[in-house]
Amino acid sequence: MSLPIYASPLERVWYYTFRVICVLVFVFLVAPILIVIPLSFNVEPYFTFTHKMLTFDPTGYSLRWYDLLLTQGLQNPDAPRDWAWWGQVWEQATWVKAAKNSLWIGIWATVLATVLGTTAALGLTRPEMPYRRVIMAILISPMIVPIIIIATGLFFAYSSACVPPDSAIGAVLSPFLSPKGCLANSHLGIILAHAILGIPFVIITVSATLQGFDQSLIRAAASLGASPRTTFFKVIMPLILPGIISGGLFAFVTSFDEVVAVLFIAGPDQQTIPRQMWNGIREAISPAILAVATILVIVSIALLATVELLRRRSERLRGVTPQ
Amino acid sequence: MADAPQTMPLQTADGRPLKAALAQAQVKAKRRAFLLVLPLLAFVVLSFVFPIFQMLERSVFNDGFSANTPSLTAWFSQHPQGAEIDESAYAALVADLVTMQKAKTAGQAGTRINYVYPGTISVFKSTARDAAKMVPPLKDAVIATNPMWGDPVLWAAMRNASHPYSTDFYMAATDRKPTADGGSEKVAPEQRIYIYLFIKTFILSGVITGLCLLLAFPIAHLMAVLPTAKSNLLMILVLLPFWTSLLVRTTAWIALLQEQGVINDILVTLGILADDGRVRMIYNQIGTIIVMTHILLPFMVLPLYSVMRVIPPSYARAARSLGATSWTTFRRIYLPQTLPGIAAGSLLVFILAVGYYITPALVGGADGQLISNLISFHMNKANWSMAAALAAILLAAVLILYWLYDQLIGIDRLKLG
Repeated sequence: MSLPIYASPLERVWYYTFRVICVLVFVFLVAPILIVIPLSFNVEPYFTFTHKMLTFDPTGYSLRWYDLLLTQGLQNPDAPRDWAWWGQVWEQATWVKAAKNSLWIGIWATVLATVLGTTAALGLTRPEMPYRRVIMAILISPMIVPIIIIATGLFFAYSSACVPPDSAIGAVLSPFLSPKGCLANSHLGIILAHAILGIPFVIITVSATLQGFDQSLIRAAASLGASPRTTFFKVIMPLILPGIISGGLFAFVTSFDEVVAVLFIAGPDQQTIPRQMWNGIREAISPAILAVATILVIVSIALLATVELLRRRSERLRGVTPQ
Repeated sequence: MADAPQTMPLQTADGRPLKAALAQAQVKAKRRAFLLVLPLLAFVVLSFVFPIFQMLERSVFNDGFSANTPSLTAWFSQHPQGAEIDESAYAALVADLVTMQKAKTAGQAGTRINYVYPGTISVFKSTARDAAKMVPPLKDAVIATNPMWGDPVLWAAMRNASHPYSTDFYMAATDRKPTADGGSEKVAPEQRIYIYLFIKTFILSGVITGLCLLLAFPIAHLMAVLPTAKSNLLMILVLLPFWTSLLVRTTAWIALLQEQGVINDILVTLGILADDGRVRMIYNQIGTIIVMTHILLPFMVLPLYSVMRVIPPSYARAARSLGATSWTTFRRIYLPQTLPGIAAGSLLVFILAVGYYITPALVGGADGQLISNLISFHMNKANWSMAAALAAILLAAVLILYWLYDQLIGIDRLKLG
């Protein structure tokens, strides 16, 4: 967008003002996220820059909040840092336990959402799909319905969804359920809830990839004697894989960031990172939260980069010029 | 010749009529497509749609009163609305209160009535304690313990509650109270909290949507007109917040906006504010607006950008060459073409804002709470039915907007990044 030669002085002023406005909006978007990174190295328990930090005095900076993430919840935090200490961190540290829970729940919710979502997207993009519009509306609705309503609904449903642990089905399912045999306060319950929340993202992303997919390739494969199975794994899958991975990453991020459903349906054993942060923000707010935030920002930058690369690859494969 | 197709229909190689074969193939293709969607649909219906319906049932169902008052329930079914509350009614009440005192359920019944007639929990409990010792005439004895028992409005409320299914909670959620003749009326203006909160939620969501549009329009336009390589870079700046944890973004804003935070520090250092005159920009309505605008901004930028990107620049040039000023060109040529993007982004942001919970709960303070937070409040107090009724109203509003979105834009055109 360069300035035309015939631009009047007023237009020239507006041209630069417009640029400045845009820069300010971008600063508004990104600055809050980047500001947490330096703040997390604060040696003082404050949420702002100290004088020492601004003068780049090394004593104003420290890794103490990152250290706290490892030592919080340990029985013996001051022990020498040998293998036994690291074992203790792995087993006992509050944040490490929360991270393990979050990862575990996130991975299973992602697998569930991606497998079901991709299959459904394959059906939904077929021209002969009946009731397409209504079904699509239902499947996307977990993204639109307020999370508090979903959490409330699940709270009631999960507290009544119980199998007695001493029954035949209960014996099989008991490792996945709470000690009372309910979906409430169980890992499985949260995995199901998070899968539901991730599904719209998978459907939207995979459908978008499939819209650029040349349906005649399927017929070509069939005419060459490939079974539907072979066609899916050898022809369709490689072409839509970037979309599937992006959708999966969306679902994972959704689960990894979800706190409301966890607050309503999880028990003390399902402490996740967002729940821990939620408690941290509501109670004693310490820069340890900022240290976690910094780690999460770095993770999200990595995920965003992956998704962007996948999107470009997929567009290149489809012969679309990258947008 | 004219009836030849009927006597000699076209046939497939195996001798079936072509029409029938095609219809059969189409049914098969339809079934195959549907079977692909079925597992997910079943999963979503079972673990999402069904729980929500179950919750909605709670908004009309509450047997806290009816389950504990068999005699009163019988009396109400024998005496229609408008019947005189005579000695027999009080006898039924006393009989029920005696059983409730034994079963310790007077509080439960009182709580049920308390939603529409405040103050009944303690009255139920105290009268139940004395019920066993009462002697006829029971009407005078009961009213002597508390004059509230003589109030026909209380009796109307009890009549409504004597059936486990009632619309009482919707009445309470829309700031109405029962009247003696079985109808309802608005509560006193200073007690109208729910309607007020609904209106506030809608106004705040509107303000946030407006701010998002205001901020998103210039950057979406800039990205649309810049060369692809540059706009891709800028796109990453838009998507970064989108991918960053919501709690991280909220934490960051707390660090920035609080009284001892970065922005106040900068303003004090620059001498704009005195050290004792720091502005509180968080834990209030302003905090909710700022943080939610930041969080929802990408949802406005993405649809705007995808519409603006395909607007041909030649229209604007043609307008300029025909003598339009740049303002006229923008207003008459460019802006109308961006309307689909504006509609899509605004509706999406508004829908998401209306049901927002996390940000108002963390940075909203006392006056920045939205309707979702009130639902959560009632859930924590175990007022299931009240929470469900509020949730049902909110859900209805969101679904109407969702339907509107589908009609205007189409959900299959929703894009993320």
